[in-house]
Amino acid sequence: MAEEKSGNKYIDESVNVVKKWKNKRGSLIMALHEIQGVFGYIPWESARTVAEQMNIPLARIYEVLTFYNYFKLEAPGKVIISVCDGTACHIKGSMNVLDAFKQELGVEENETTPDRLFHLQVVRCLGCCGLSPVAVVNGKTYSSVTAGDVKNIVAEWRAKEAETA
Amino acid sequence: MTMIKARIDNIEVEVEEGTTILEAAEQVQVKIPTLCKHPDLCATAACGICVVKVAGRPNLIRACCTPLDNGMEITTRDPELVEVRRNVIELILSKHPNECLTCIRNGNCELQKLSADFGIRCEEYESIVPDLPKDDSTKSIVLDPRKCINCGRCVEVCQNQQAVWALSFLNRGISTQIAAAGGIPLAESPCIKCGQCSAHCPTGAITEYDDTLAVWSAINDEKKHCVVQIAPAVRVAIGEAFGLKPGELTTGKLYAALRRIGFDAVFDTNFSADLTIMEEASEFVERFVNKTAPLPLITSCCPAWVDFMEKYHYDMIPYFSSCKSPQGMLGALAKTYYADKKGIKPEDMVVVSIMPCTAKKYEISRSKDMYSSGVQDVDYSLTTREVARMLKQSGIDFLALAEEEADSLLGEYTGAGTIFGYTGGVMEAALRTAYYFVTGEDPKDLDFVQTRGLEGIKEAEIDIKGTKIRIAVAHGTGNVETVVNRIRHAIETGEELPYHFVEVMACPGGCIGGGGQPTGVTDKVRLERTAGLEKDDHAHQIRCSHENKEVQKLYEDFLGKPLSEKSHELLHTHYVPRPCYKR
Repeated sequence: MAEEKSGNKYIDESVNVVKKWKNKRGSLIMALHEIQGVFGYIPWESARTVAEQMNIPLARIYEVLTFYNYFKLEAPGKVIISVCDGTACHIKGSMNVLDAFKQELGVEENETTPDRLFHLQVVRCLGCCGLSPVAVVNGKTYSSVTAGDVKNIVAEWRAKEAETA
Repeated sequence: MTMIKARIDNIEVEVEEGTTILEAAEQVQVKIPTLCKHPDLCATAACGICVVKVAGRPNLIRACCTPLDNGMEITTRDPELVEVRRNVIELILSKHPNECLTCIRNGNCELQKLSADFGIRCEEYESIVPDLPKDDSTKSIVLDPRKCINCGRCVEVCQNQQAVWALSFLNRGISTQIAAAGGIPLAESPCIKCGQCSAHCPTGAITEYDDTLAVWSAINDEKKHCVVQIAPAVRVAIGEAFGLKPGELTTGKLYAALRRIGFDAVFDTNFSADLTIMEEASEFVERFVNKTAPLPLITSCCPAWVDFMEKYHYDMIPYFSSCKSPQGMLGALAKTYYADKKGIKPEDMVVVSIMPCTAKKYEISRSKDMYSSGVQDVDYSLTTREVARMLKQSGIDFLALAEEEADSLLGEYTGAGTIFGYTGGVMEAALRTAYYFVTGEDPKDLDFVQTRGLEGIKEAEIDIKGTKIRIAVAHGTGNVETVVNRIRHAIETGEELPYHFVEVMACPGGCIGGGGQPTGVTDKVRLERTAGLEKDDHAHQIRCSHENKEVQKLYEDFLGKPLSEKSHELLHTHYVPRPCYKR
């Protein structure tokens, strides 16, 4: 039977991913991982597709998706700001840095700005405690960050994104 | 069968193997408190209040999910256990709003009762009630996640007992909440509005959508002619709100009470249950004898079942009876037949129904067929619980009222009409009349006992003077799939049909265990309410729908005959596949 494409990338790509998992018991999480690998999060349409294809109630799928911190239900921002709150960073004031980011961006931890440009998250120890407090923005490490630096960091990335847009 | 012997609080107990400590304790009059365990449901060990001590074990054991073992020495009460339980209650209270006075469950909340029993007098822990919005999107049931204690009963009911899968746990730890998939509104989920979640919720977290204020305005609007109808199962349950035992029949008092609070006419849904049988038994005979449409015929009077079918089993639409429910039929006739005879315009009328059901609130506007009188046929549908509140706030001394009769035209009923309220009753009532339609005489024995009892699926072969009719009766939507799959299999393979006639009611026990009935239902209560309706059936001289004089008059004066054009216009409906999720 010829495969019908829906034309919706979230559905079609998910159908594709689910194919290799759907006949294996206990593979829901693997399928969801792989879909998140493709889109960076699990869109509603993908969750619906997984439910249909794997014959698992959608309610159960969201129980799994919201139980594990790893799964994201919304597209993350293009610029991901990770503020380290490991022990060393914490002692050296990482929470002040986090608060400054929250204020500058107008979002809470694990939220994305309405323009989907910035995503703010907290991580535990990036393994460079000598540089604490540390923030990593899309792979670029900022060391000994203070609340005062935050405005400039955000401005730098805003400018960079405006260039490439 | 292996028996287990043990001691609970020094009392000898002997029970079947597999019995939990909680159940075994009940047999020796020891009530171990619990908030999450409900007799209908599997233990999920969520609340932690039922902890007990077992001699030789270092930790506290949850009685709800631990089977009794030979020689166990169990302690269910000592100062330490009381302190632990009190602490658990205090922790639950720290996440629960202190709003008992304004809560719909004030007076019958299980958490409130436990808090009272344990003499909790202050808030021991800082309150951290999450700021979550109510979900009243279904207009049938209301979910207030602030009041949820995460006991998980509703999830267990919705996913396993009912197989609906609308409700689920979202998030984890202290952020855990009950919601539909992805946090969408319930109305956009597979929810069938059966309300079993609300009937099992220990607190005010899931309740009926309250229409009482709107009904009070209608009653008090002098320009409106306000009539009311009472469903079969209400009459054997509403007494519980006034201290009666489950199953006590209060029909006559209910008629009287409703007149006192201001309804202009009091009708009985049992009348239209008889009418439903006239139409549905005719439909069955048409299909069975004249083969005008395919078999099996599947009953359609339960709106939660209709919604479930339209969402999960819409390939069954051709087999569905096109009959509206008794609620829908009475609404349509009140605003046409009755309105004509009284010289009242349908738009000047308000039809209120009292139902054991939350899904009936949904049914009254589920399709354009529900507006067959030109306006909405039934304006408001109230649950048994709402009406009990209305009577209480009116200062009606319900138990002392003298019994009255229903109003004529749409008030008379037979024993067949009243048994619509329990599982198997619609089938039994239909068989009594189908027998008559096929053979021209009444069956010698009117009691088709094969349809009765609380077994999830009941199957039987009925002999109508040599003609064999195979029937199935299922209740609790979790039992539907087996029946539907058997039908599907026969249709696909061309094998002989497993059934000719199938009755489904969404709630366990049927409407007597409906989602809008007084809370606290268990199988014991279901059987008591059922016995009340059986008694009502046997107390009636006339026990067959086709002998209902007012129904006969309705056909003579207005409808013509069953399945007439007029019947189809007013008493029948259509079904469409509906998506489980709206997007």
